[in-house]
Amino acid sequence: MSLQVTSSVLYLDDVSVSFDGFKAINNLSLVLEPGEMRAIIGPNGAGKTTMMDIITGKTKPDSGDVYFNGNVDVTRYDESAIATMGIGRKFQKPTVFENHTVEDNLLLAMSGMQTIKSMLFGGRTHDEQERIDEVLTTTRLNTRRNDLAANLSHGQKQWLEIGMLLAQDPKLLLVDEPVAGMTDSETEETARLLREIAEDHAVVVVEHDMDFIRDLDVKVTCLHEGSVLAEGSLDSVSSDQRVIDVYLGR
Amino acid sequence: MITKTGLSPSAGLGKATRIFIGIILVAAIVVPLLNITLPADNTFHIPDYLVALLGKFLCYAMLAVSLNLVWGYCGILSLGHGAFFALGGYAMGMYLMRQIGTRGVYGNPVLPDFMVFLNYKELPWFWYGFDQFWFMALMVILVPGILAFVFGWLAFRSRVSGVYLSIITQAMTYALLLAFFRNDMGFGGNNGLTDFKDILGFNIQTRETRATLFALSALFLALYLFVTAYMAASRFGKLLMATRDSEARTRFLGYRPEKVKLFVWTLSAIMGGIAGALYVPQVGIINPGEFAPANSIEIVIWTAVGGRGTIIGPVIGAFFVNGGKSLFTGWFPEFWLFVLGPLFVFTTLYLPKGIVGTTTEFWQKLRAKPAEILPEAPPQAAE
Repeated sequence: MSLQVTSSVLYLDDVSVSFDGFKAINNLSLVLEPGEMRAIIGPNGAGKTTMMDIITGKTKPDSGDVYFNGNVDVTRYDESAIATMGIGRKFQKPTVFENHTVEDNLLLAMSGMQTIKSMLFGGRTHDEQERIDEVLTTTRLNTRRNDLAANLSHGQKQWLEIGMLLAQDPKLLLVDEPVAGMTDSETEETARLLREIAEDHAVVVVEHDMDFIRDLDVKVTCLHEGSVLAEGSLDSVSSDQRVIDVYLGR
Repeated sequence: MITKTGLSPSAGLGKATRIFIGIILVAAIVVPLLNITLPADNTFHIPDYLVALLGKFLCYAMLAVSLNLVWGYCGILSLGHGAFFALGGYAMGMYLMRQIGTRGVYGNPVLPDFMVFLNYKELPWFWYGFDQFWFMALMVILVPGILAFVFGWLAFRSRVSGVYLSIITQAMTYALLLAFFRNDMGFGGNNGLTDFKDILGFNIQTRETRATLFALSALFLALYLFVTAYMAASRFGKLLMATRDSEARTRFLGYRPEKVKLFVWTLSAIMGGIAGALYVPQVGIINPGEFAPANSIEIVIWTAVGGRGTIIGPVIGAFFVNGGKSLFTGWFPEFWLFVLGPLFVFTTLYLPKGIVGTTTEFWQKLRAKPAEILPEAPPQAAE
């Protein structure tokens, strides 16, 4: 066990949390290796979003261990501190700063908390501009760089938010339902984008869209009632009788 | 595609902002000159009452600009900003009281008249130092600043926001109102502080002193606008607006919104305090009525009518609403509130971005018209 604690990017062991007596997460254990991309599936209420809340410090678990980067106990920190350590999160509903341009969104994402003085008087550095350009190219938002984020299409907002994660340059990215509401071609584009990101980041993707997960071609974990029901390749998980039962509501 | 313009169409030191600051600076010189140098029968002569009135409006505008900084740019709706204004005003009032000296009705060299009247034997400790201008100037900054800092530190750290925060700010100014009404608080009770004689040795009643105070108010207002414009354009300003629009998101990017809010909240309170300090010598009185919740709500209305989240909007709003109030209370004094209420409702329903926000949007649309024929972006896959 101790070996796993030191080598994994994310390590959840026997985590439980309940809200008003309802066990949202129940003895959940999950290990993510460096550079790994993992897809999380599960019916509504399986605890997928709550799990992300725990990892990012929004919710404190009632019991269990959550370690990031081998030895950092994230349950002791708040959202800002965890984000600064290197865990980025994309929300289910695209959450970008609508009154800012695409470029400014990325700039805010990459700078992190500095002193108020430097934020008041500092300009944009050459390095920052380069990074912005890089992210714009990766997310294919180059032509929209000076537009307000509010004017982007739904799919573009999702990409911008993924781009903001990239600009933040975290070690671990948590991506909640990135293709909800996307067209087929946007979904394919998103899969390409995530595969590209996974080349040098650890990624956890929560998604319902099975075609999309097949496209990602990664290990799949199925959650149900707050704990892991099955884990493995998409084919083995989706042929698991218990998973089928859960999805059919039996 | 629906084109949505931000709440901050005039962010940065844009052309309109520069022209507007220029107008205020010109007024700072021209209005006092026309008042002092021209004879009363000249067409261009500006009468004394108008200088006093406009000077008062300038202070209101400063206050509205302060509120806009927290409400328009950071989404903190303060319903108690009048408290900071009043505290700055009281600090100035205390200084002016101590300048009266033996010229008071009772001729006491140390104690102001109301203290003699209330049988005070000696000066309360918190009145020490207020015979010095520099000490008063320091207090105008420190008292509202420290109150706002402590209040904000407690509120923002506990993540109190939205309507709950607004209610607490309202309670804060109400508590101060009740406290300052009490005679044994040592601030003159419900009569407040008045009968001022001079400021820095200059007679407060003379035309020249009043003109100087007017010019100073205009200079400070110009400075406030510059600070707002500069801040809005800086990275900190972008973070302010991001905090306003999606506080949780900024947290997950590693920012600490409570610090951002605390900084701008404290700065705004100090700005409100200075506005109050410039207001008091121009109107000649400060009393607890300035703490009344209704006053703070009026500031919100000025800002909303002019356009929150725009740089010059609050100034336009303060002049527009107060100008209307001056005219209207002259005609039908008892009906003013019946005009103010519907004005706020109308603004909220039909001009949510205020006069300036709506005008800017209109101009942007006019200018954007020819470009609309071209597609805005490469066509996306069918949506």
